[in-house]
Amino acid sequence: MSCHFLPRLWTLMSLSNSPRKWQAVSNRQNWQRTLTRPPASSSPRAAAAMPNSVLWAVDLFGKVYTLSTAGQYWELCRDSPLEFKRVSATTQCCWGIACDNQVYVFVCASDVPIRRREEAYENQRWNPVGGFCEKFLPSDRWQWSDVSGLQHRPLDGVALPSRHWEWESDWYVDENFGGEPTEKGGWTYAIDFPATYTRDKKWNSCVRRRRWIRYRRYKSRDTWAKIPSKEDPKQLPDPFNDLSVGGWEITDEPVGRLSVWAVSLQGKVWYREDVSHPNPEGSSWSLVDTPGEAVQISCGPHDLLWVTLWEGQALVREGINRNSPKGSSWSIVEPPASENGIVHVSVGVGVVWAITKDRKVWFRRGVNSHNPCGTSWIEMVGDMMMVNVGLNDQVWGIGCEDRAVYFRQGVTQSELSGKTWKAIVASRESDRSHSGSSSSLLSAGCFFGDEVRGSGESCAPSDTDASLEADRPGPDQPVPAESVDGPRNPRDSLASGTGRTPELAVEVAGLATQTPGPEPRPGAASTPAELPWTNIDLKEPKRAPSHSAASFPETTGLSSLGLLPLGLEEPYGADDHPLWAWVSGGGCAVEAHAVLKWFTVQSGLSPPVQTLSLSIMPAQTAAWRKQIFQQLTERTKRELEHFRHYEQAVEQSVWVKTGALQWWCDWKPHKWVDVRVALEQFTGLDGARDSILFIYYVVHEEKKYIHVFLNEVTVLVPVLNETKHSFALYTSERTRQRWPVHLAAATEQDMNDWLALLNLSCCESRRVHGRPSPQAIWSITCKGDIFVSEPSPDLEASEHMLPCDQMFWRQMGGHLRVVEANGRGVVWGIGYDHTAWVYTGGYGGGCFQGLASSTSNIYTQSDVKCVYIYENQRWNPVTGYSSRGLPTDRYMWSDASGLHECTKAGTKPPSLQWTWVSDWSVDFSVPGGTDQEGWQYASDFPASYHGYKTMKDFVRRRCWARKCKLVTSGPWLEVAPIALGDVSIIPESPSTDRSGHSIALWAVSDKGDVLCRLGVSELNPAGSSWLHVGTDQPFTSVSIGACHQVWAVARDGSAFYRGSVSPAQPAGDCWYHIPSPPKQRLKQVSVGQTSVYALDENGNLWYRQGVTPSYPQGSSWEHVSNNVCRVSVGPLDQVWIIANKVPGSHSLSRGTVCHRTGVQPRQPKGQGWDYGIGGGWDHISVRANATRALRSRSQETATGWSGEPGLPSTPSRAAGAPHEARGPVCC
Amino acid sequence: MTDDKDVLRDVWFGRIPTCFTLYQDEITEREAEPYYLLLPRVSYLTLVTDKVKKHFQKVMRQEDISEIWFEYEGTPLKWHYPIGLLFDLLASSSALPWNITVHFKSFPEKDLLHCPSKDAIEAHFMSCVKEADALKHKSQVINEMQKKDHKQLWMGLQNDRFDQFWAINRKLMEYPAEENGFRYIPFRIYQTTTERPFIQKLFRPVAADGQLHTLGDLLKEVCPSAVAPEDGEKKNQVMIHGIEPMLETPLQWLSEHLSYPDNFLHISIIPQPTD
Repeated sequence: MSCHFLPRLWTLMSLSNSPRKWQAVSNRQNWQRTLTRPPASSSPRAAAAMPNSVLWAVDLFGKVYTLSTAGQYWELCRDSPLEFKRVSATTQCCWGIACDNQVYVFVCASDVPIRRREEAYENQRWNPVGGFCEKFLPSDRWQWSDVSGLQHRPLDGVALPSRHWEWESDWYVDENFGGEPTEKGGWTYAIDFPATYTRDKKWNSCVRRRRWIRYRRYKSRDTWAKIPSKEDPKQLPDPFNDLSVGGWEITDEPVGRLSVWAVSLQGKVWYREDVSHPNPEGSSWSLVDTPGEAVQISCGPHDLLWVTLWEGQALVREGINRNSPKGSSWSIVEPPASENGIVHVSVGVGVVWAITKDRKVWFRRGVNSHNPCGTSWIEMVGDMMMVNVGLNDQVWGIGCEDRAVYFRQGVTQSELSGKTWKAIVASRESDRSHSGSSSSLLSAGCFFGDEVRGSGESCAPSDTDASLEADRPGPDQPVPAESVDGPRNPRDSLASGTGRTPELAVEVAGLATQTPGPEPRPGAASTPAELPWTNIDLKEPKRAPSHSAASFPETTGLSSLGLLPLGLEEPYGADDHPLWAWVSGGGCAVEAHAVLKWFTVQSGLSPPVQTLSLSIMPAQTAAWRKQIFQQLTERTKRELEHFRHYEQAVEQSVWVKTGALQWWCDWKPHKWVDVRVALEQFTGLDGARDSILFIYYVVHEEKKYIHVFLNEVTVLVPVLNETKHSFALYTSERTRQRWPVHLAAATEQDMNDWLALLNLSCCESRRVHGRPSPQAIWSITCKGDIFVSEPSPDLEASEHMLPCDQMFWRQMGGHLRVVEANGRGVVWGIGYDHTAWVYTGGYGGGCFQGLASSTSNIYTQSDVKCVYIYENQRWNPVTGYSSRGLPTDRYMWSDASGLHECTKAGTKPPSLQWTWVSDWSVDFSVPGGTDQEGWQYASDFPASYHGYKTMKDFVRRRCWARKCKLVTSGPWLEVAPIALGDVSIIPESPSTDRSGHSIALWAVSDKGDVLCRLGVSELNPAGSSWLHVGTDQPFTSVSIGACHQVWAVARDGSAFYRGSVSPAQPAGDCWYHIPSPPKQRLKQVSVGQTSVYALDENGNLWYRQGVTPSYPQGSSWEHVSNNVCRVSVGPLDQVWIIANKVPGSHSLSRGTVCHRTGVQPRQPKGQGWDYGIGGGWDHISVRANATRALRSRSQETATGWSGEPGLPSTPSRAAGAPHEARGPVCC
Repeated sequence: MTDDKDVLRDVWFGRIPTCFTLYQDEITEREAEPYYLLLPRVSYLTLVTDKVKKHFQKVMRQEDISEIWFEYEGTPLKWHYPIGLLFDLLASSSALPWNITVHFKSFPEKDLLHCPSKDAIEAHFMSCVKEADALKHKSQVINEMQKKDHKQLWMGLQNDRFDQFWAINRKLMEYPAEENGFRYIPFRIYQTTTERPFIQKLFRPVAADGQLHTLGDLLKEVCPSAVAPEDGEKKNQVMIHGIEPMLETPLQWLSEHLSYPDNFLHISIIPQPTD
């Protein structure tokens, strides 16, 4: 209780300037500092340079380019001093085979580092003389070991796996033990090795151990990192000839797992083991036996893997699944015609495209997971060198005649073969600006070693420019001898071709030839004879009928560089069109609705396409627009000001819209009844509009009606389900009853028309329009619909608080799971698919079109979520587990409860807005774990399930998931590329100085990384980049309070406080571990001005007691309420929650917005709950609302600062007693 | 004002204070008082002057009443031009209220169309809307609409109901996402100085190079005399809805926001007033 007499407000200064004092305090308070480390990854880097969706391609000269889905130009891949012959891309990385025959991986840069933990255990045994020490019994383990104790693991013996990794910090002791802070240096005790360890030392604790941890970080991002060669020096070299990356949809364990397959020149197939996001290089190559000689390979995102054989057939891998990503056996598919064998295949999720020797394009019919071989070939239009299937089974190809990249238009889930080939005519960046300089040649020469360095940016682009010039040699250009002798490398020829720096060219060539290494080098690859793979490539033209265009050299095979002929001086084409050799769409997400700008030539030097950016659309600030706004205002003044007494030419009249709807009737049995509805809209003398909605119905042959004044409506909620287009209309009376007027329309269009009209009428009668104020309260329903309410000053008044069932909510377009706002108009959201979105300042979208929507700032938004059903089985002695249950059993296919039948075929997407985007697949990530096939076992239905079978288990179930997608629109722009799990923006209290500092925003990524956003401001609400904040385990929730107090919750359910966060040090310095309430795992935390509230997994709401400026981490958790799903604490320390069940006169209401009453400066826990809108609300953020009636604010400030007891307006209750939770409790 | 939607409201609710006086030669039984009215800029004279007609008919003999027509400073006012256009073109430099003379005799057959009933106005209005949509969407949008939608457009205009009108009209203002605007911009350029009633040509909102055409581009193309040379003195005002948008204003935006209800941009070129 004593802390209640401490001032509840503190200044920023006291927090940011006294980290040392804290340390002292925390020690005295027996406080564990679990982790101290220099701020991890504190170098802010530029905003994610990699747009999250690009097409990769290689031109005939081996230069790698990318084309963004939002862009119009091919951009040269930075840092590619090497030429490539193959690339295979995913969204996160790109694998390639360079012309030195080595495999490289290009991991795209991100604000979140790739870090892996190394750990080692220090073991000690107690003896009576020295206490715990390193003296062991002879049978004991190593003093330094792995977790099992069997492996010797000295700290200095742990090495980095490759030179692409670096250590993040030195070794340190882990003091967190299962969510609990340990004492005395992280030691855990046991009776003997090996045993169960505990935190506490007991009388019989004879041994102890502690864990040391150290992080290593992958450093070679945004650069080509060489994968160590597989070559065995004792054998003949067998370099890789083709490579394909895929398999990311097979399983997500470990995160970002990939299948990387390669084919060597000798026709062998190799698989790269252990490639995943945290291990981008993989570990080793393993050989996969094939029945024939492979020449080319393609691995789809899911379980398709096809290989082209030398003999012209295709090999299809069978048995690829989660447990066996390498698959088990091969099947052979014959080519469409025996005389023209298959020379190239490319596979997607459910498609296979192929090219035959005669360059015809083929589509394989009937391919799916169950039948990876498909049924038959269909010939497609066009002659292609190669095709590549990318994300969403979209297809690209390279034309035979013109070597242009073609995009297959019209590929949809229902029409996988698409409609037409359309040439991508985007030009290269470098075609626009020829800024090559001779000095770049020198630096290019520096990169001829086998080491790929990270600083190639300066030379790479100009390098290409020069090589392009070499494409078009003028008649007057001297052709030095070098270019004839060794023109394999375009760089050589460019050096000579430009004719400016012949000395340099000699130098470069000389450098290359003088340093022959064990591996072929790009510069040294001058003689075809030295390169066995060239022979194969040179056979290509023989196999292909020589009908290629005369403008092409005859030897254009499937790979680019290896067969560039001597005749580089030949006119490849006098025009600027790039000639392509390879394309990979594995990282390129083209949505069906997307508008690509690839197909029109951009003129001259016009700037590249404006990528959508939030920093104030230029059109809105344009002078012409301002002038029109201003002139219209002036015109109205000029023409109306002195004439308002004139009569209006047209009298305003009543306007009535009528229609037929269905109504969920008020009487029992409840059912849908047909009703006529009429909306009467009339205009008052003051010009204000008001409306009444009449609902006419017939009961017992008697005509009756109900009516609703639209100025009393508090919210209109769309209630979409599988069959009905319906919406609920609430007034405050009906909110209290938990019984809205529920109406259904015949069609979606009809419902949208009514919703839009009724919403407009409600808003007009309340004079609410335009964008929400910066103080607005945001909330989200369980359907992902977004609502916003303008707070009245009475809402947080200390007396006569506005009942929250009277709040008016209006809908915003878009679909989100989480929304967070702050008082300066910055609003962020997170979708169900974890995409981060930032509010653009518009309004409307979705079903609100026309007047209810702003003209600009509305964008397409999509979201993806999973639908889950369960397969249930019972064991019987005869057949084992089978789908034959007991008569009393649940459905064999059901929902999670088992009460409703849900079959694979019969389950529909949640509403008509959603469409399926995947097939059913087993979900292995269910709580409790599963066996290899996804089954969970239990003794009987319904019970708690576990992931292994025991003797007592007679039933089992497994979860099937299917993804569905929704496309809508709203005032939201994506904040790419990092997916988020939680976000929090600093609330701005009335006393905060608003000027200057950027707005603090913290987030947790979907993978559990803690992130701090830099550069967020009113003008740039999306901010600029992420700063990664290192943690020892994944986190789930984060919240920042008004004074930069950052609290977070880790996956183990414990809380953490981040020390020393301030505007000057936005990421703070270290984490302080705060144990969770006894036997509870926390899941969410929310920090207001000073109050800290946390929520556990069982729905208990906890208040952090004893938080003071000098002791910001507080002393204990105090129970406030149960039955809580979500909490939001605002800048006035107001507490709002989503309650699980709230009673009403008609029904219980799940997901109800509740407002804590009686929250006073000296009574921050408040007294009770006031119930607001409910029936399916999921999320609320009140963190933007710092509006309070003036009177009460001064009162608060007075008590807050003086520390004297104020005049409590209500009798104060004993704080700290859990039974005080008169919360929304029921049942 | 922060959003473009507010422009639509301002345009719709534009009013011209007008003083109607009966022509001096009309025979009356007693003296006719002038009649004052706020005329909606976007409407048509004969659609909103029922009150004026009644007012003056009260003082006239029944047999002297024939079709009403209006005149300003000797120029008969075409009822089939929107009111705002008539005012901008003829009277924008004069003082308010706008003094309109009311006639019941000597209908100027060669200058004006007859307006026997509201149906004539509706027919004219709808034909303009259809013509505009032919230019914008090859008539696709207007043809897809139902009869009741067409009626709602007209009733919205007639009853001065902004919401009712725009609930339908917004569909006429949409264009495919992959385009940057309409096919052609429906516009008419009026000049008092020429005999020709107005200029109307095919003009696209987006140039071949993808740049948005501006108001200035349009004028340079179809009415170069209206634009002052770079360094020359400004001789003309380019006026829409009583304002002079900058020549840099994108034409597509103008078409979406400053069109009259008939979906045309009615642009007045008037000599710069000399002070």
